[in-house]
Amino acid sequence: MSDFLQLLLSGLATGSIYALAALGFTLLWQASGTINFAQGEFVMLPAFLMIIFMQMDISFFASFIITCAASVVLLGWLFKRGLVDPLFKHGMMPIVVATIGLSIAMRNGVRAGYSAQPLSFPSLFTNNVYHFAGISVSSSDIGTFLMAMVLVLLTQTFITKTVTGRAMQAVAQNTESASVLGINVPRMIFYTFAINAILAAAAALLVTPTYLAKFDMGESLGNKAFFAAIIGGFNNSNGALIGGLLVGVCENLAAAYISPAYKDAVALIIFMIVILFKPQGLLGRKEERKV
Amino acid sequence: MKLRTPLIWLFCLSALLVVPFYLKTYGVHLLTTWLIFIIATMGLNLTTGYAGQKSLGQAAFFGIGAYTVAIFLKLGISFWIGLPTGALLCFLAGVLLGFPALRVQTIYLAFATLGFNTAVWLVMRNEEWLTGGTFGMNNIARPSLFGFSLDNNRNFYFLALSATVIMALLLKGLIHSPWGKSFTALRDNPIRAESLGINTRSYTLMSFAIGAAYAGIAGGLYASLVQFIDPSLFTVGASIMMYLMVVVGGPGYFLGPVLGSAVGIVLPEWLRFAQAWYLLIFGVAVILLMIWLPDGLLSIPERIRARKAARLASLARSTQANQNIALMERETLSKAAQLNEASQVKS
Repeated sequence: MSDFLQLLLSGLATGSIYALAALGFTLLWQASGTINFAQGEFVMLPAFLMIIFMQMDISFFASFIITCAASVVLLGWLFKRGLVDPLFKHGMMPIVVATIGLSIAMRNGVRAGYSAQPLSFPSLFTNNVYHFAGISVSSSDIGTFLMAMVLVLLTQTFITKTVTGRAMQAVAQNTESASVLGINVPRMIFYTFAINAILAAAAALLVTPTYLAKFDMGESLGNKAFFAAIIGGFNNSNGALIGGLLVGVCENLAAAYISPAYKDAVALIIFMIVILFKPQGLLGRKEERKV
Repeated sequence: MKLRTPLIWLFCLSALLVVPFYLKTYGVHLLTTWLIFIIATMGLNLTTGYAGQKSLGQAAFFGIGAYTVAIFLKLGISFWIGLPTGALLCFLAGVLLGFPALRVQTIYLAFATLGFNTAVWLVMRNEEWLTGGTFGMNNIARPSLFGFSLDNNRNFYFLALSATVIMALLLKGLIHSPWGKSFTALRDNPIRAESLGINTRSYTLMSFAIGAAYAGIAGGLYASLVQFIDPSLFTVGASIMMYLMVVVGGPGYFLGPVLGSAVGIVLPEWLRFAQAWYLLIFGVAVILLMIWLPDGLLSIPERIRARKAARLASLARSTQANQNIALMERETLSKAAQLNEASQVKS
């Protein structure tokens, strides 16, 4: 039992990072119909930016702030203007293909231009291990989980409680009515892209200490985030949270009780079961559409 | 026009027959790889381009074909049995995967196939007793045909070439059959196709499974060509690359895979000097292609034709308008003249 609880807790920590990446992914989908195949690379790039800034003798905190700003410009504004806006009229698949191209370009750009070696990354949390009722938990697991949860809840609160957030939701639900009501639609869509970029930078901060900064670190993270988003339900932002935690926990349990070698197949299996019985995801609304 | 098309085909085919005699071993090897990828991406083009199902798992089927041939050879079973068995296994795997996955469309299918690819890759990597794990399987013997040894690279090239031609002719026949028409009908307007009595589900499933079988054939040939396979050849990345080959060439164009595979296989060799930067350039090129030519390179002639037609039409419109204006002017002039005459007569 204590083993189980321990696995559960460390699974929650991994899952909360998946949830963070999945949340940005869902937000983008809701606001602009963009499926971002480069989501994993959107986490990888801020990690490298932070390393570069810290090498310039900028303090940890300051380089995170600069990285967030740079992410908003590069992964928010430039991504939207350079890739999504010109492709929007062609529909969904060209955007998917273009973001696949973007992920290849980003991954190999970092590999060729900076480093192909994994680089270490300072951890936010001191590495204490707490023993509690027979369970031992590392402080970085708790810290990661709590910080990711705070970020997810902050984003949720922003979207549901503030005027800007509600306007963003309106745009996501019905773009035409929103613009009739006087909402500045392009600006709201840009805000979504900016939030996605900041969430990605935060995910980089949490994930890189354990996974190390490497050009291809985004590949598996991105995949898990997609699966988490679909499992939870694409058109519901709580879905990303549930999906992410579910994938993280199940992966950890499967690695311990079934086989560590097949850990990466867990997300697929849950995904297959979910789309067989509830194609719109666990929390998703049903979209009426034949074929 | 009618005479020209077969002549072009004949010319291309004879060029492909002659070229290997002027190339070194590596050149022949590269051309053979290109042919094999044409077969694999032709299958994907059927699934993606003609039937409109986005599949990101083609490399998994490619791998199943390759491993079937390798494992059969290890058990002492001939290549000529292994190759069709691999294709059959892929077909069955395609049906099994497609059955749940094709309930959902577009992006969901893409993720289901992507996940399937990961699962197959994990099996290849972990089941050492069967696949040799990360060490892969080596010493895959080349087959012989009617007593002809295919150990020679050039002879194997001709095997790959004939396989490509046969698979291409089969695909052409399929596309022009009522079946193939149903595939495209499904892609262009699924609701209408269904209302015309096409069983959407079974047709999409078939297109998916046949596309998988093509990858199986290609994989079997590939194992025999390189004689050493390991799981790293059949990753999700490889599937994505195959998908991009189809998209770059032009999905739904018969010759799209030929061009796309050339871009994905032959071009990197020419651009060797760029080395690590090549994939960066490739990624950016894909983005630009999507922005300017979302239907792939082979849509360029159509684009030009459409633009020309548009220009001619606008020219015709403007001359028509000019004529109308001239006509109206003449009418008003003649009316004025009549009025003038009438007034003169009165006075």
